[in-house]
Amino acid sequence: MQDIDIADLKRIAELIYQKHRYDFRNYAMSSFKRRVLRIIELKKLTVDALLKKLTETPSFINEFLDELTVNVTEMFRDPGFWRIMREEIIPAILLNHKQFKIWHAGCSSGEEVLSMAIMLKEMGIWQDVQLFATDLDTNILERAKTATYSIKNMELNEKNYIRFQGTSSLKNYYKEENGNAVFHKDLLANVTFRKHDLVLGDVFNKFDLILCRNVMIYFNQTLQNEVLKKFHEGLFKYGYLAIGSKESLIWCDYANRFIVVNNEEKVYKKIKD
Amino acid sequence: MDKINLNNSFKAVVIGGSAGSFQGIVKILAQLPKGFPLPIIMALHRLKHVRHGFVEALSLKSVVPVTEPNDKEQIKKGGVYLAPANYHMSVELGNNFALSTEEMVNNSRPAIDITLSTCAYVYKDKLIGILLSGANRDGALGMKHIKDRGGITIVQDPAECMIETMPKAALAMTKIDQVMRVDQIVEFFKDLDKQYR
Repeated sequence: MQDIDIADLKRIAELIYQKHRYDFRNYAMSSFKRRVLRIIELKKLTVDALLKKLTETPSFINEFLDELTVNVTEMFRDPGFWRIMREEIIPAILLNHKQFKIWHAGCSSGEEVLSMAIMLKEMGIWQDVQLFATDLDTNILERAKTATYSIKNMELNEKNYIRFQGTSSLKNYYKEENGNAVFHKDLLANVTFRKHDLVLGDVFNKFDLILCRNVMIYFNQTLQNEVLKKFHEGLFKYGYLAIGSKESLIWCDYANRFIVVNNEEKVYKKIKD
Repeated sequence: MDKINLNNSFKAVVIGGSAGSFQGIVKILAQLPKGFPLPIIMALHRLKHVRHGFVEALSLKSVVPVTEPNDKEQIKKGGVYLAPANYHMSVELGNNFALSTEEMVNNSRPAIDITLSTCAYVYKDKLIGILLSGANRDGALGMKHIKDRGGITIVQDPAECMIETMPKAALAMTKIDQVMRVDQIVEFFKDLDKQYR
């Protein structure tokens, strides 16, 4: 396996920023390095060849982004989190707003937003919620829109769903086609998928709930701090923010504008503008 | 086997383990000298979807409570850390942890190779890497990275291991400084501790 030094990683991030306007300059170095090494191996490139390709082949950036971003996820990941959503957070939002909006920031291949749609359907409030699912990577957004997952992944998804104690069976939401689980299209009827860059993009709406789980772990603390400001702006007062179970906001400038609602599942509530 | 020249310049100890390593880890942590000066960073294979219980079980007899760090948590001297379930755990140059949900490596998340290799990168020759019993080859490449960057490499004696695949894979891949039984690793920690007194 090749190695790559920090100076080269910085050159790559700088080039992508200057040339393509994606900003990886404040990504956590350990994972950014692994991702770049992975691309170099996959595409059988050297560092110099990668820089050249990023400079001279405009379309390569999409391929690069698709491999660079981490697209490993599960439906109903952390079933305990989903139970809290169903039993505490969503009911609390409903006390104030009969209709509301949720943002899945960094939605990847869509398992989380699909889980949310299923949960809302089982709660009978599916028609009243608008879901926005965004990602940097257009290829993965296209995949997410198909709501199609390899049948191989369904055992784990089904296990999570059972531990979430859903009211049905996950099997009732999809049909099997050519080794894939194809979820019913109407589940995504209230979902808007759009390309959005958390680092350089602006907040595009106001939400009652933002989910950004295991996305900011790829950022360094400087960038986590900046992105939290955007989430703060994108939330109504008393809106909720959910991050990954092993993430923390305590060192961010805006931490004191939130309170912890559930420390185990990392759900926060905005209490100050 | 080379004799290890101990001194007080080490910055961290990293331990990898899988099937059959639990008892060994418990013994090591139970007999850790009080006030042991280095962080102990552990990547152990574990059930992906069981978040609770493991760290509590390890803490039960440990001299220092074991914690599963949050992403970007600062690494403290004397802290004992365990890679959380279903996350890879890296060490960053700022001496803090970074977690990730990337693809499994060697069928594992947490993967021992990731923790060991990132420790090797950050701590260079100021690192001690220990690989215990286990049933796959995860950790071998990480031990090689530790050796290549001048760190010290120790594996549990395959003859003592419940499953010898993991230490044997490391022995085949790189030069291992010492092969030790768990009781020898316990003594090693005591000797190491004395260097800092």
